[in-house]
Amino acid sequence: MGALTVRDTQFFRRWMAAAADVVRREAARLTELDSPIGDADHGSNLLRGFTAVESALASEPPATPGALLQLTGRTLISTVGGASGPLYGTLFRRAGKELGEAAEVSDEQLRAALQVGVDAVAQLGGAAPGDKTMLDALLPGVAALATSYRAAADAAEQGALATVPMQARKGRASYLGERSIGHQDPGATSSALLLGALADAAGEGS
Amino acid sequence: MLINSPETVVADALRGMAAAHPDLDVDVERRVVARRDARDSGRVGLVSGGGSGHEPLHAGFVGHGMLTAACPGEVFTSPVPDQMVRAAAAAHGGQGVLFVVKNYTGDVMNFEMAAELAGEDGIQVEQVLVNDDVAVTDSLYTAGRRGTGATLFVEKIAGAAAEEGRPLDQVAALARKVNECSRSFGVALSACTTPAKGSPTFELPDGELELGIGIHGEPGRERRAMMTAKEIAEVSLGPVLEELADIGPVDAPVLLLVNGMGATPLLELYGFHGEVARLLADRGVTVARALVGNYVTSLDMAGCSITLCRADEELVRLWDAPVQTAALRWGR
Repeated sequence: MGALTVRDTQFFRRWMAAAADVVRREAARLTELDSPIGDADHGSNLLRGFTAVESALASEPPATPGALLQLTGRTLISTVGGASGPLYGTLFRRAGKELGEAAEVSDEQLRAALQVGVDAVAQLGGAAPGDKTMLDALLPGVAALATSYRAAADAAEQGALATVPMQARKGRASYLGERSIGHQDPGATSSALLLGALADAAGEGS
Repeated sequence: MLINSPETVVADALRGMAAAHPDLDVDVERRVVARRDARDSGRVGLVSGGGSGHEPLHAGFVGHGMLTAACPGEVFTSPVPDQMVRAAAAAHGGQGVLFVVKNYTGDVMNFEMAAELAGEDGIQVEQVLVNDDVAVTDSLYTAGRRGTGATLFVEKIAGAAAEEGRPLDQVAALARKVNECSRSFGVALSACTTPAKGSPTFELPDGELELGIGIHGEPGRERRAMMTAKEIAEVSLGPVLEELADIGPVDAPVLLLVNGMGATPLLELYGFHGEVARLLADRGVTVARALVGNYVTSLDMAGCSITLCRADEELVRLWDAPVQTAALRWGR
């Protein structure tokens, strides 16, 4: 990661546009993954949320990266519902707050802000690594941001795949006990998609 | 499916509710159903909400003697905090508001955020968590027990107490007591089909059933070969009675809900209820009141659940109090 690269509001706008695109493309698969161990709505819920984020960013364009992420978070909380609404909403809101009012941020500032966001997600959801949740993709993904955006996307993708043999200990899948084993977690999967979208925005797409 | 499109099912249903029940204040756009006489009523407001797909829960229970307002989310998805805050504002009669929250990760988080926001708006908010389903082990390794049939008991009894003009702390304490005295167990004969997915949420072949299911189309704890109604009554009632023994004398009176999951005909449900009633009589359990029907459903799932609530005289009296809602009405 170039130490001197700075990311402006436009970069974050590209990230959210890429996120909305990938959620649109993958909504059916996310819902399919949510079917055997959840309630078959993860894709449609995120689609509703990121579509709302697109129109919110268009109708009241934020001036700074921090404001953009906070508006994204607030919009997700107000439109997604379920557990993923508050969790993803908290991730973006807290990261946005952490960025403050700077017009441009460094890659290192962005990494540190996302780490604060992920920590807030862990606190809100009370989950730990290995519980078969979005944290299993977010934690390795954000850690790998220190290397590159591509590395972060790949680590998150690996983290999502690694949820297959896990037994769920949080959320609706936990009701299934051992029967949750053998399925990829939909939340970890969508987290990996969002970090993939970040790599796309940085021109490090796969 | 009898729908226009998966995206509009909830709004379409709310428009239908508004047309069928002009006595209710139905805000289709903001997704809040409320009594019209709540403001300045001097009564505690009772608010609940959750994903759609469990009808008549919750909106069908808005009215005299039960909920003051309800906020339906998308199908099987918790409503968002904005809706809950609007519902709290609509239900606030000057004496604060009680949130009745079914114990699901999303519902708990969204109601928690809403309680904070409503508090900032100057509305005193208490919350009661409903978690009556004995099929889920309550441990560090699960999200805790699910809220199912006992939600109806909590909403009816707390609603009656609020209607009597009792203060928020008393209404909240009663609601918690009802939850603590209630246990449920559910059985599915078929999975359900969410509008978003359009196909069954899990595969359940003919001739098999799932024991210990929830109300969101998730599979249960165990799959068995098909049984008779009598056998299903035995395997369902066992774990409920076992747990109920921990919270009071075996022969204390109970409220009984024999609940259909949505696609099981009342003919079958009453037959099943007959078996449950006989088993309870055999074990010396007095059924103070029974309710049979589709009240806490899971879309088009076939199956049933049993909820027992150990009820003292006060709870039975509040259960009998007049109620006038879309789905439950008596005594008025």
